[in-house]
Amino acid sequence: MASFIVRRLLLSVVLLFLISVISFFIITLTPGSPYPWGELNPKISEEVKRVFREKFHLDRPLPEQYALIMRDLFTGKLRSIKDERPVLEKIGERLPATLVLNLGALALSLSFGLLLGIYGARHAGRAPDVITSVLAFVFIALPGFWISYLLAIVLVDYAAVPILGTHTIGVAFTGKAQVFLDYWWHAMLPASILAIGGIAVQSRFIRASMIETLREDYIRTARAKGLDENAVFYRHALRNSIRPLITGIGMLLPALISGAVIIENIFAYPGMGRLGYEAVLERDYPTLVALNFVTAALVLLGNLLADLLYAVVDPRVRLE
Amino acid sequence: MITAAPESIEAAAPSAPGLRAWRRFRANKVGVAALAIVVVLAAVALTFFVLDRMGIPFPRDPDATDLERKLLSPNAVNWLGTDNLGRDVLSRILNGAYISLTVGFVAVFVSLSIGVVVGAISGYFGKWVDNVIMRVVDALMCFPSFFLILTAVALLGPSILNIIVVIGLVSWTGTARLVRAEFLTLRESSYVQAARALGQKSWKIIFRHILPNAAAPIVVTAVLGVPEAILAEAGLSFLGFGVQPPQATWGNIIADGKTYILDAWWLILFPGLAILVAALSFYLTGDALRQAVETRSERQ
Repeated sequence: MASFIVRRLLLSVVLLFLISVISFFIITLTPGSPYPWGELNPKISEEVKRVFREKFHLDRPLPEQYALIMRDLFTGKLRSIKDERPVLEKIGERLPATLVLNLGALALSLSFGLLLGIYGARHAGRAPDVITSVLAFVFIALPGFWISYLLAIVLVDYAAVPILGTHTIGVAFTGKAQVFLDYWWHAMLPASILAIGGIAVQSRFIRASMIETLREDYIRTARAKGLDENAVFYRHALRNSIRPLITGIGMLLPALISGAVIIENIFAYPGMGRLGYEAVLERDYPTLVALNFVTAALVLLGNLLADLLYAVVDPRVRLE
Repeated sequence: MITAAPESIEAAAPSAPGLRAWRRFRANKVGVAALAIVVVLAAVALTFFVLDRMGIPFPRDPDATDLERKLLSPNAVNWLGTDNLGRDVLSRILNGAYISLTVGFVAVFVSLSIGVVVGAISGYFGKWVDNVIMRVVDALMCFPSFFLILTAVALLGPSILNIIVVIGLVSWTGTARLVRAEFLTLRESSYVQAARALGQKSWKIIFRHILPNAAAPIVVTAVLGVPEAILAEAGLSFLGFGVQPPQATWGNIIADGKTYILDAWWLILFPGLAILVAALSFYLTGDALRQAVETRSERQ
């Protein structure tokens, strides 16, 4: 177990290195001006440009730039081109909102995905299964931004669900618990919309795994003992679908973070996705490199946790 | 029904699994309906593309503004209403169809080409080659793909070519993993060993002998990749990094319409439905294909 964790951490370091190289070169090799004021602005003197280049190491060769960026990232000195604030500070203040949104969406995806998947497998091959399958694909094919607007139109008129930001404006809650609840309450709509695709993907996996499990010998044995179908299904077969449930954690994370870029914009939600979008607009490449690094680290962490959890619940899996 | 004359049995044999898969596909009602919609969509996209290039405005000119008829709800003249510049929404949706489908097909072609070659090399040669390639693939899979696409397109500048290339370059990893897995099993089969014993060159074994046998799952991923690309393009257009105005795309009609969200629901609803129907029909077709192909490998 310990050696497994050590090796996985080493592998993660290798992957993070590759990720940082890839994101650095994608961002720096694409054409376009790195200056926040535009390449040909006549009001900016050569001297100002030179100072700017020096400040952000843009006068160095690319490999050296990369090394300097990584050094600054790890020492916390990397600064945003736009407002010259430390990048880690900018990301840090977005992190809680991002975690609330993505963990909320993950929890919704896993739980509702499980329910939908079980339902499909229980009725495999019959009409309810066909309907839930088609429904799952409708969920996958739904453009998130579209359903966001449709829901916003409806909810603004008929329900008191907050659709902007993370706090109720104009209300000063006194208790910590109230602020906390207000925070989650604001994340609910974006998290639900973000989870739609995840629910569908997860339900497909659960369904497939349940149907496969139902073909196993031990299920035949359970049936042969004369157990009724519900006991076989929910007590014997369902246990095995905990595995795709855990795999889902690692698999859904990158997709959720991707989806959050658009969803956070629509709901003015102050997470890392919105920070990324703003950084793209401003060509703020130190922020972009750091963001990619942090999200990749989060995804790798999620995968590692999923693998460990996997070994805990399934004694057949040995981590070596 | 196709009945084979005795002398043609040998010639027909190679296509028999394909035929059987097709027969199973036809039995899947959802799949057949979805495929029909895909065909209709493709025909619509092509028709309106040609009409547009020939300068025939049908049903109306998608770019013609008419400020006296702006933000009209669906009516007898403009079936799906008009936008803030008085442009006919139906015409714009029909005119934007080819963008979505072109991006879908061509981006998949790009990602498939990369994924197949990389996956084949990785799976066939194994050892350190495989190890290096798969670590790069792992690294790429940790990126939130849409964010990567957005970054690259924003930096390169949004044009249909850039969008297609970037989506293709970002989304090949899944195909590569799948092809690698197929190659890992197929390279141990006796016909590959026979080919190797006969001194065939590696690239010939890869592309002539192994690849055709891995075709079925590759076709399935290709079909399932099209809606991914369509949705990515719609998302980019929505954020303003898609194909640029005045060219209508499904995503940018919604993006333009969001300012009028509470007054003009038709600017949001209809183009979104178009995206949904297009993506859904490809997903359902791909899923039906997967089922038809998978049963084959189980029976053999």
